[in-house]
Amino acid sequence: MKYYDKLIFELSKSGRTGYSLPSKVSDKDSLPSSGNLWRQSSLGLPEVSELDVVRHYTNLSQMNFGVDTGFYPLGSCTMKYNPKINEEIVGQFNGIHPLQPLETVRGCAEVYEGIDAALASVTGMKHFTFEPCAGAHGELTGLMLMREYHFSRGDMGRTKVIVPDSAHGTNPASAAVCGLEIVEVKSKADGLIDVEDLKPLLGPDIAGIMMTNPNTLGLFERDIKEIAALVHDCGGLLYYDGANMNPLIGVVRPGDMGFDIMHLNLHKSFSTPHGGGGPGSGPVGVADKLVNLLPRYDKGVEKSESGIRVSGFHGNFGVILRAYAYLLMLGRENVRMAGKLATLGANYIKESLKDCYKLPIPTVCKHEFVFDGLVNDGAREGVAGATTLDVAKRLLDYGFHAPTIYFPLLFHQAIMIEPTETESLETLDAFIEVMRKIAAEAAEDPELLHSAPHATPISRPDETMAARQPKLTWFA
Amino acid sequence: MAGFCYFPQTEEDIRLMLDRIGVGSLDDLYADVPSDFIYKGEYDLPSALSEQEVRDWFEGLAAKNTRLKVFAGAGAYDHYTPAVIPNITSRSEFLTAYTPYQCEISQGTLRYIFEWQSMICTLTGMDVSNASMYDGPTAAAEAVRMCVASTRKRNTVIVSAGLLPNVIETVLTYAKFPGINVVMSSDVKADIASVEDLAGVVVPSINRYGTVEDLTGLADAVHAKGALLVEYCDPSALAVLKTPAEWGADVAVGDGQTLGIPLCYGGPYVGFMACRSEYMRKLPGRIVGQTVDKEGRRVFVLTLQAREQHIRREKATSNICSNQSLMALWCTVYLSIMGPEGMRKVNDLCWSGSHYLKQQLLATGKFEDPDPDATFIKEFALKPLVDVKTLQKALLDAGFFGALEIDGYVTFCVTEKHSRKEIDALVEIVKSVR
Repeated sequence: MKYYDKLIFELSKSGRTGYSLPSKVSDKDSLPSSGNLWRQSSLGLPEVSELDVVRHYTNLSQMNFGVDTGFYPLGSCTMKYNPKINEEIVGQFNGIHPLQPLETVRGCAEVYEGIDAALASVTGMKHFTFEPCAGAHGELTGLMLMREYHFSRGDMGRTKVIVPDSAHGTNPASAAVCGLEIVEVKSKADGLIDVEDLKPLLGPDIAGIMMTNPNTLGLFERDIKEIAALVHDCGGLLYYDGANMNPLIGVVRPGDMGFDIMHLNLHKSFSTPHGGGGPGSGPVGVADKLVNLLPRYDKGVEKSESGIRVSGFHGNFGVILRAYAYLLMLGRENVRMAGKLATLGANYIKESLKDCYKLPIPTVCKHEFVFDGLVNDGAREGVAGATTLDVAKRLLDYGFHAPTIYFPLLFHQAIMIEPTETESLETLDAFIEVMRKIAAEAAEDPELLHSAPHATPISRPDETMAARQPKLTWFA
Repeated sequence: MAGFCYFPQTEEDIRLMLDRIGVGSLDDLYADVPSDFIYKGEYDLPSALSEQEVRDWFEGLAAKNTRLKVFAGAGAYDHYTPAVIPNITSRSEFLTAYTPYQCEISQGTLRYIFEWQSMICTLTGMDVSNASMYDGPTAAAEAVRMCVASTRKRNTVIVSAGLLPNVIETVLTYAKFPGINVVMSSDVKADIASVEDLAGVVVPSINRYGTVEDLTGLADAVHAKGALLVEYCDPSALAVLKTPAEWGADVAVGDGQTLGIPLCYGGPYVGFMACRSEYMRKLPGRIVGQTVDKEGRRVFVLTLQAREQHIRREKATSNICSNQSLMALWCTVYLSIMGPEGMRKVNDLCWSGSHYLKQQLLATGKFEDPDPDATFIKEFALKPLVDVKTLQKALLDAGFFGALEIDGYVTFCVTEKHSRKEIDALVEIVKSVR
């Protein structure tokens, strides 16, 4: 990777053009150039040629690291390989308008029917809505459905939702956006939900519980049966945060565990590319008793008894297509291996590194696990020890993306590693070797880690300056 | 196990890894799962397809759709996509990256988001833009929440009935659960006077009939009540229309689909959201800022994260965690290719085509003009004098999608993609409708 300093605005030269447009339909009609409705201020877009644009963005791309560049063990993000066939099939659907009538979009309708049935089978849910565009968007939609369910029964007093202290940050945020009050349930020392702590929280004001299973420590909530019974007995519903669905694919179905509502991240579990932060897709599935409330794609239109609409049309169709292609490649045979191989890889890394990195919970994990910093961080008189941030930055020097760090909040030096099933033994071994090397470097010379990365296009940024003196546009 | 192209583990690899872990089988890795939760049934999926079979499968599905000339808008517009865009956005360094958490190896993503924010700001006239939202309707819904969060003890938002139906439905959905009062209004100025706890007003720049709205005096009226003005805009049209900042708005939102994103049956598109600097810390979503690295070089980072869910949890400005980054790149490349002159020309092409079509359609005698004084760029509404279903069917049969029905009118939309020949052919079909 090389450092490239330009912004597209800095390539601009007045009078240069990059566009190619046809001639006008009629010269009689022209856009007015003045009047109350029209723009007075100048438009600060760059004036560049097509080649300027191509070179500029090619240069930018070369300062970026993706799954295709190298191993990306970012915990809770499921950075698996994004198959290339999925990209190729999308183009032939580009010209379809979202409001076209059913008789002209029968192919699109079949995609929705097909993927709905496939995901229902993989998860044990009845049906899915595809309107949500991301995981957090799915969480919000799912909580809306939870509330609508209680409303539909005239049960108006359920204004609280239980969220474990290990939950993804989006869980409490989604609950707040949905107008729910958050009640936190504690984890025990073994990282699992404390059922005794849960019991007194349950009552007629509880709408439900949001759970991630396996949780963010990568641990299977083995008391799920008891938890489901307790929550259902108090009249609440169970929401499944599908961010951690990957190890359960082909092995365990959330619907069978008693979950009533769930979302999936098609960009995690079902191989669609993350795109530098999106577009994703966060379909929400529900059990039988909530199906009538679900906004559903039906014969070309979105229908919902509850009146819920969470995005403009039918969700991110282009992303849904890619996930469907992946499901067809998996088929009923390969699907049985997906979750198991993801779990295998995570446990292999965990067992190979636990002598160098503190493993707070030593049991079998699922698709990911959490270390709590280095066993020997090199701290001594006058020398600060290497932190999790330092380890993460040093990994970049060795050509790996860093794991998720400082999450979950249960541990101060959390390093959350998720390899996914698409990484080979050789890749895992190379990562393990580097992680061991970094641990040795830390013990010997923590300063080498404090000042990392050294081999990247830029060094560590001044984050304080970015926040205190915000410069958020080229014009500012 | 038969080999599968995405799973690289050999039988030998699996054995070696299980040995290191100290368990006997893959199933043993699930010993902590109660056995009745291990799924023993058959999955309702087809038998695994080969890549060739997947390709054929989707070609078969695509063939079941009808390719139509799209003369419809209503939130999704058929603009041309320059070839450069998919070429750049399909680069795997962009495509297969995550949110740019590790800025040292994510400067590509961070720089184009900074460029996107800058372009949204010059289009809208606003000071600050976020890194993007899911789509236009959700951006409008988030703006409503932002109005309530930015004002004290105010919980009512006036929403113009002139907004697109899917924008209104999304706003109503988002507002319902936290209990925000929404007043649907067909006379916004009159309703401003009558609302006591007004937090904000949401109006379209171009309404559901395609008409450019005159917002003269509106911002003053909203601000006199201590509320925020939100304008829902078409960013392509903002290249020529008076900007939200020039109208005095506080927040600008809309859908970036008009910046060269294909229709693709409704998504992925991209929402944008920009505001005046005083509301910067209430803005939801990711924001990229400029700073320096240890060597003093200009670099870009995710910033102002104290607003966000992973730090503030339930006190965050929003639950949004991602953005539509790749689609923001799509629009950024589009705006770079077009430049200020190209954007003006696109609007001029739309204007000339749509005005030509409107005149030709009125000349058929099958429509009345409900608003001869309306200013419009690409989309317009007519009052049909023929049966709408018959009209729509005739158009579909001839390979056209247009005449969308809304509130007793039908709308048509013309972009730079439509030739005079195509427009004339559509008019011939309309003439034949009895």
